[in-house]
Amino acid sequence: MSTVTTPVPPVTPVPAIDPRSKRQVARETLRNEKQAQRRLTSRGATIVAILIAILWTIPTFGLFVTSFRPGADSNTTGWWTVFVNPGFTLNNYFDALNAGGTSLTLGASFINSLAIAIPATLIPIAVASLVAYAFAWIDFKAKNTLFILVFALQIVPIQMALVPLLSLFSRGLTINGVGIFPGFELRDADHSFATVWIAHSIFALPLAIFLLHNFISEIPGDVIEAARVDGAGHGQIFFRIVLPLATPAIASFAIFQFLWVWNDLLVATIFAPSSSLPITQTLNSLSGTWGNQWYLQSAGTFIAIIVPLIVFFALQRFFVRGLLAGATKG
Amino acid sequence: MIIVAVAVIVVVAAFISLITQSPSPDARPVSLGFSLNSLFQWLGSLNPLVQIPLILLIFGVVVGVILVLIEYAPRAGKGYFYLRLAACFVIPALAFMLLRPYQNSFIFILLIAILLGGVLFLVDYRSRQGAGYLFQLIIFTAPAAILLLTGLIYPTIATLYQSFFDKTSKNFVGLENYIWVFTNPEGFWSVINTIIWVLIAPVFATVIGLAYAALVDRSRGEKFLKVLVFMPYAISFVGAGIIWKFVYDFRQGEQIGLLNAIVTGLGGQPVSWLDAQPLLNTLLLLVVFIWSQTAFAMVILSSAIKAVPAEQLEAASLDGTTAWQSFINVTVPGIRSSLIVVLTTIAIAALKVYDIVAVMTGGRANTTVLGFEMVNQQQRFQSYGHSAALAVVLFLFVLPLIIYNARQIKKQREIR
Repeated sequence: MSTVTTPVPPVTPVPAIDPRSKRQVARETLRNEKQAQRRLTSRGATIVAILIAILWTIPTFGLFVTSFRPGADSNTTGWWTVFVNPGFTLNNYFDALNAGGTSLTLGASFINSLAIAIPATLIPIAVASLVAYAFAWIDFKAKNTLFILVFALQIVPIQMALVPLLSLFSRGLTINGVGIFPGFELRDADHSFATVWIAHSIFALPLAIFLLHNFISEIPGDVIEAARVDGAGHGQIFFRIVLPLATPAIASFAIFQFLWVWNDLLVATIFAPSSSLPITQTLNSLSGTWGNQWYLQSAGTFIAIIVPLIVFFALQRFFVRGLLAGATKG
Repeated sequence: MIIVAVAVIVVVAAFISLITQSPSPDARPVSLGFSLNSLFQWLGSLNPLVQIPLILLIFGVVVGVILVLIEYAPRAGKGYFYLRLAACFVIPALAFMLLRPYQNSFIFILLIAILLGGVLFLVDYRSRQGAGYLFQLIIFTAPAAILLLTGLIYPTIATLYQSFFDKTSKNFVGLENYIWVFTNPEGFWSVINTIIWVLIAPVFATVIGLAYAALVDRSRGEKFLKVLVFMPYAISFVGAGIIWKFVYDFRQGEQIGLLNAIVTGLGGQPVSWLDAQPLLNTLLLLVVFIWSQTAFAMVILSSAIKAVPAEQLEAASLDGTTAWQSFINVTVPGIRSSLIVVLTTIAIAALKVYDIVAVMTGGRANTTVLGFEMVNQQQRFQSYGHSAALAVVLFLFVLPLIIYNARQIKKQREIR
């Protein structure tokens, strides 16, 4: 307010600062930003994008609505009629959870899915981070060749490995007719997940090694060197320095691997004993017997995809980060 | 050096005499009273929720032992010398014993284990980088190496081998399984359909994903709109298959499937979509896959578009280009490498697809693909030869992509 009366000595060289007040500048910046935003966003693009988004969401939404409609309604009228003729129930979910006979209900296989997915996420991460550290910070012969081999393995279709690995598990190793190791005898166990854990861990390894190596090798060499000077061996460096620093990368991959295992059908179909089937497999077989009972199919489906959806919405940032890290492999 | 050579020769001799001894059908497994098998059996008898912490605890202890060994092994001193010596002999012997070798091979196995441990110890002791260097390197990489060798590399070779043998994998049949793949209707359709999948899916998913990423970049509520299209990516193919089966639902009387409701609403006759041949049903399965993979393309390409330098776009707009022209001439070349990544990734996923076909049609009405038919032959017909041949054909389809990607990564590492 007193700027007007302040006498400015004409002789002193004026430094090249913007004479306007801070608030003025801020206001102008904001206005420019808005203008730029308006120029950048276009109404046409918004409308088309919204249309595509609706198109993409409708199938899921339709099944979601159906899962809350009484069976009598949803078997005779389309789900869109719910807007003129509403009627909702939660019974479908209770029915679906208890569906599937005495041996394995959908609810029980939900628990199985957890018991499969959590160890099958953490075990490969531990194994892969060890070898990723070796690839990044220990020099040895043929390192590059081996690394490329591991990378190439991640693209080999797991279909190539399924049957021999299965017979290795169940029949053991026999060379030239001579039995060397017997297989696992897990038929009688109530809920054995061992073969599924091992199979998932193996199939996850190449990608896990690749991603974690990319991250671990980015850790500044000075940090590692400083620890070594202080007398830490590779074990301590790995546990005290590399693991904490790599936590974001590990978290991203863990989310990825968890979703992959939870959503998997193929590995479970081949390796899981019948009492240890995960929810995807039970849902798939129930889907056949339910046939046209869409009120059960829809509820069952949402029980199966609720965990991935929660993980997805809660941890989306990590998820996207993991996706980007995996995809920039070039 | 001589000691090592002798040891290696003895190992090879032990192995040869192991596999050439006369097979004894009633040999019993030998175990120390505990084994991997008994651990898994005990775990399997527990409640699934109790198994989670237990297996993680056991595994954690193993990793802990590994880290302790890595930490202490390379140090100089008598104690550490004996630590290495003991570890070299105990770990391989224990590992082999945990697998319960058969009686008749048990002595050879133990011999091989101890000799290998001894060789490792000696080589490590004389290592140029100091004692303990090789030891820690091997401990770091052994778990992953063993898993990859037994779980991916050996089975891949075994499948290749099996594809030349018949159902029982005993009699050599030459190329018969491959001839079956290309002449039998199931095999033939699985090849044709896989080619359709890999040609159509990546292109559509990428184009739609790119278009959506570009549109969303210029529209309001970007985050929300992205989440809606991204969501299908978190849903399993099983879930997606059921979601879309509902859209394609067909019945007599009033239609509750969206697609048939639209068709009848427009005055047409309802169609049993998943039985609609030729090719229409395969294309409808492709829709499900594209629906889910577009999300992936969109996320990757969206972040790539945002990384295109603003100056380039500004320069283009100063030159008076239209939005479309600057998109084609500036943005698309700027995100070229991301586009290739997205295309190849989706192509690989399309080649391997199993779940969508299994859930939606079960391979009926000529919708089968290689990835599905392979499992089908193995599970329903116990036809291991056919199954292996299908897997190998699938592998041959993926091979060019593997080579391409391996080359890229090699280039990248050379630049570093």
